[in-house]
Amino acid sequence: MVDTRGMDWKAIDSRPEFQALHSKKMGFLWGLMIFSLLYYFLLPIGAAYFQDIYKIKVWGPVNVGILFALSEFVVAWALAFVYARRANSVFDPMAAEIVRDAERQMGGRK
Amino acid sequence: MSSRRFALAAGAIALAAIASPVLAQGAVAAQFRWLTFAVFGVIISITMYVTYVAAKRVKNVADFYAAGGGVSGLQNGWAIAGDYLSAASFLGIAGLISLYGYDGFMYSVGWLVAYITVLLVIAEPCRNIGKYTLSDILAYRNNQKAARIVGALSTITVSTFYLTAQMVGGGVLVKTLIGIDYEISVMVVGVLMLAYVLFGGMVATTWVQIIKAILLVTASILLVILVWTPYGFSLPGFLTAVIGDADVQAQVALLLGDAGKNMSPTELGQRFLEPGLLFKAPIDQISLGMALVFGTAGMPHILMRFFTVPTAQDARKSVIWAMAIIGGFYVLTLFLGMGSAMHVGAVKIKSIDAGGNMAGPLLAQYLGGGPDSMLGNLFLAFVAAVAFATIVAVVAGLVLAAASAMAHDLYVGVIRQDHVSPAEQVRAARIATVVVGAMAITIGILSKGQNVAHLVALAFAVASSANFPCVLLTLFWKRCNTGGIVLGMVVGTLTAIGLVLVSPNLSYPLAVKAAQEKIVAAETANLAKANADLSAATEAPAQDKLKAAIAKSEKAKSAAESRIKEIGSDRTSIVGLEKPAFDLRNPGLISIPLGFLAVILGSLLYRDKRSEDMWDELYVRQNTGLLLAKPVAH
Repeated sequence: MVDTRGMDWKAIDSRPEFQALHSKKMGFLWGLMIFSLLYYFLLPIGAAYFQDIYKIKVWGPVNVGILFALSEFVVAWALAFVYARRANSVFDPMAAEIVRDAERQMGGRK
Repeated sequence: MSSRRFALAAGAIALAAIASPVLAQGAVAAQFRWLTFAVFGVIISITMYVTYVAAKRVKNVADFYAAGGGVSGLQNGWAIAGDYLSAASFLGIAGLISLYGYDGFMYSVGWLVAYITVLLVIAEPCRNIGKYTLSDILAYRNNQKAARIVGALSTITVSTFYLTAQMVGGGVLVKTLIGIDYEISVMVVGVLMLAYVLFGGMVATTWVQIIKAILLVTASILLVILVWTPYGFSLPGFLTAVIGDADVQAQVALLLGDAGKNMSPTELGQRFLEPGLLFKAPIDQISLGMALVFGTAGMPHILMRFFTVPTAQDARKSVIWAMAIIGGFYVLTLFLGMGSAMHVGAVKIKSIDAGGNMAGPLLAQYLGGGPDSMLGNLFLAFVAAVAFATIVAVVAGLVLAAASAMAHDLYVGVIRQDHVSPAEQVRAARIATVVVGAMAITIGILSKGQNVAHLVALAFAVASSANFPCVLLTLFWKRCNTGGIVLGMVVGTLTAIGLVLVSPNLSYPLAVKAAQEKIVAAETANLAKANADLSAATEAPAQDKLKAAIAKSEKAKSAAESRIKEIGSDRTSIVGLEKPAFDLRNPGLISIPLGFLAVILGSLLYRDKRSEDMWDELYVRQNTGLLLAKPVAH
C-alpha cells in the first residue's frame, strides 16, 4: 500500500534487508523473553515445592533461597544488558540502513 | 501567564494546610513537628518552582501530553522509576520484609522482572508508532473510533483503580506520619498534583517524578549505609545480627504458632530467611507474578512515558536506566526491611500500621538517634516528605494518563473526529485534568476507611489481561484486527474484575463471623481456665499475672462480640456470595490467557480491511522508526 507520505510499505516489508532484520530480531526477542519468564517463575515455584533446597546455608546464614532471589536481579540486569548490546550493534544499524534507503526513495519521488 | 501565579498559590495553600494546627497524633512527636513541615516545605517549594518554570514551556498539546518528545533517555529512566515506585513498593515492600523476611524480598523481584517485558516488546515499538496515549497504538491499524473507545475506557478504569489506592494510601500515610486529618491529607495531595499537571503538563510531571526518584534513592542509600556500616558491609555479618535478634525470633515464633513451639531461638531466626512465612498458596503467587510481569507493560501511565523521548534508542536507554534504579532500590529495600525488623521490631512496626508500612520511616528515626532526638526526627521527617513526594508524583502520572484518554481519545478523537484546533486541544486536556483530579479527590475522601489494597492488584489484573494482550498482538500479529481488540479489551477487563469480585479479596460476613466466634470460644475457655487458676493461686505476683491475662481475654472477647454484632444478619459479600466462588486472590492465571484468547478469536471471526492494509506500515515503522517525527526544540 502506498500512502500519502510516499512510502510503499509493502515493498519495504518484502525487501530482504527488512526480512533479515525481522527474523533476527524476533528469534532473539522471544528467546530472551521466554528465558526471563522461566527464570522468574522458577523462584516462587521453588519456594513452594523445593523449600529444603532453599534452606541450605552456603555463606554464614545466607542460604540458597536468598542467593537465588538476588540472582533474579543480576539475571534481569544481564538480560537487559545483552539485549541493549545486540540492539545497539546489530538491529539499529540494520534499521538505519532501511530508513536511509526508504527516505532516499521518498526524496526522489517528491 | 496567570496560570503560573495559580501554581504558586496552590503551593501556598498546600503548605498552609499542612502547617495548620492539628489534633491527631502521628509518628512524629509534637515538639518536632515543625521539622517535618520545614522539610515538606522545602520539597514542595522545589517542585512548585519546577512547575513554574515548566509552565512556560508548555505551549501546545504535544508539550502537555509528551513534554514535546524532548526528554532524554537518562531523564526518562529516572522519571519511570519515579512514576513506578509508588508508596506501595517504597513503604509496602520494606514493611513486608520487616514482618515476613524472605517472602517480602521474593515479592519485590516481580516488580523488576516486569521491565524485561517492557524493554523487549513494548518500549521501542510504542515510541516508534505512538503519539500520546495507549489508544494511539491500538487505533493505528484498527477502526479509529472502536479502538479509541475501548482503549480510553480501559485506561480510565486502570488509572482510577490505581489512583484510588494511591489517594487512600496517601491520605492514611500522611495522617499516620504527621497526624494531619485524613480529608486534609487527601486534599493536599490532590491540589498539589493538580497544580503540577494542570500548569506544567508532562514537563512538570516528568521533573516532579525525577526529583522524587532522586530523593527516594538518596534517602535509601543513606539509611542502608547507616544500617550496614556496623557490620563492615558484610552480608553474612548483617544477616547474622538480624537472625540473632530477639524481636525477629519472637515475630517468627508468632507467625509459626504451634509449628514453631519446638524450635530453638537460632532456628527461629534462621527461619526468617526462608520462604513460607507470608505466602502459603504457590498458585496465587504465580498468578500475582503474571499480573506483575505483564501488567506493568500494559499500564497506561508507564506506556505514556515512552512518548516523551525522541527515539526508540532513547526509549531503550530509559528502560535500562529505570531497571538499574528500580532493581537497585529493591536490593536496598532488603536491608531497610531487615534492619527495621532488627532495630525497630515487628511489635512496634505493627502498632503504628498493621500492614508494616511504617517500617522504613521508623528505621530512619532509629538510625538518627531515636524518637527523642532531633536528628532522628529530622530523618523521619525527610523519609515522610519523600513518601509524600512519592504519592504526589505517582498520582500526577496517573491523572495525566486518565486525562489524556478522556481529552485526546474520547473528546478529540471520537466525538470531534480530530477536527479540533491546537489551542482547543490544550484546553480540552486541561479541563479533563481538572475533572479527573476532582474525581480523584472525591473518591479518595469517600473511600475513607475502606481497604483499598486489592485495588492495586485489580489495576494490574486489568492491565495485564486487557491492555497487554491487545497492545502486544496489534504490534506483532499480522491477523490482529478491530474485532480482536474490542473483544480482548471487553473480555480481559470483565474477567479480571469479575474474578476479583468473587475472590477471597472481598470480605465475607459468614467467614468473618465464624472466625470471631472461634475467638469468643477460645477466650471463653481461656477465661474459665484463668479464673480457676486464680482461685487456686496463692502468691501475689502469680495472681497479678492471672488478673492481667483475664483482663486481656475479656477485652479480646468483647471486641470479637462487638464485631459479630456489627455483622448482624449479613450473610453475603457485596456481590451476594456467602463464600468466595474463586479461590485465587489474583485472577491473572485465568484472566490473562482468556484475554489473549479473546483477541485471537475476535480477530479470526472478524474481517477488517484497514487492519490488514495497515499491517505492513505498522510493522515496518515499529521496527525501524521510519517517519518518526523529530522532537520540537524549545
